[in-house]
Amino acid sequence: MTITLNGEPREVPDGTTVAQAVAEVTSQATGLAAAVNGEVVPKTAWSRPLADTDRVEVVTAVQGG
Amino acid sequence: MSRPNESSIPPRPQEPSPWTLAGQKMSSRLIFGTGGAPSLDVLEAALRASGAELATVAMRRVSADGGEGSLLGTVRASGAAVLPNTAGCHTAADALLVARLAREALETDWVKLEVVADDTTLLPDPVELVEAARLMVADGFTVLPYTNDDPVLARHLEQAGCAAVMPLGAPIGSGLGIRNPHNIAMIAGLVSVPVILDAGIGTASDAALAMELGCDAVLVASAITRAADPARMAAAIRSAVEAGWLARGAGRIPRRWHAVASTALEGQVAPA
Repeated sequence: MTITLNGEPREVPDGTTVAQAVAEVTSQATGLAAAVNGEVVPKTAWSRPLADTDRVEVVTAVQGG
Repeated sequence: MSRPNESSIPPRPQEPSPWTLAGQKMSSRLIFGTGGAPSLDVLEAALRASGAELATVAMRRVSADGGEGSLLGTVRASGAAVLPNTAGCHTAADALLVARLAREALETDWVKLEVVADDTTLLPDPVELVEAARLMVADGFTVLPYTNDDPVLARHLEQAGCAAVMPLGAPIGSGLGIRNPHNIAMIAGLVSVPVILDAGIGTASDAALAMELGCDAVLVASAITRAADPARMAAAIRSAVEAGWLARGAGRIPRRWHAVASTALEGQVAPA
């Protein structure tokens, strides 16, 4: 299936979880948050499988005023 | 003229000037904006020199190299708490999502709310800002909104339940100082939540003026992080904030059109 991961289309196996998608873009373990289709998914629910066409955003803190 | 070196700057006495922000006791009246620092080392030195207890960060997609990973460590090691912002958001809905992501990532429900109208002026969009403030307050956030220097808008934000108002002195990053000191003073007099001057500070004297006008605190980013010597500017602005706060409490003399002699005329030598 194809998901959009931080704005980029990406082929992932069926059943890929939020946690696995997060691991695709970062090895960082803390200070992260993820949203799927515009809704925040708490870390406790990252074992949730994604669906085809899901839009996944993985963010962290960067310098900013 | 050469600048004094580090060791020639005397340690400053820490003036006790505690204040309360959203129920939290704060000692420092300088809030640090981390945007613009050329490196984490420079940021850390400036943060420590600032004495700030609160430092803003932005939320962005993780980068492949994970280079920002140590930003949180740097901020927290300086003793400051992290204050996420919603920089870059143009609508209330965008800002709410970013705030929720920040709450999840950083485990804080404090947020510096920014909803800007466009990327040229970076001026707050007042309509979206008030809407975002209402949504976030309803969602349990402690909302600190970056706002225009508009006393009426500040009052709307207070009524929406914001924990402070953060009027701009001038556009973000402009270093133009406080363009409408009258409005800043009016805001300080009109709202009962803390007033934090945000954006526009160019140098130490601007921060002192903000405090003299009645602000409770000042947020500074670019003026420190983009200075030639950020740590030195952080120390200067820290002193200026304290000086302005002291001056405000000391009660300035009234402005007069004509001179008022400070030396008594009595006993003056008679002309020959």
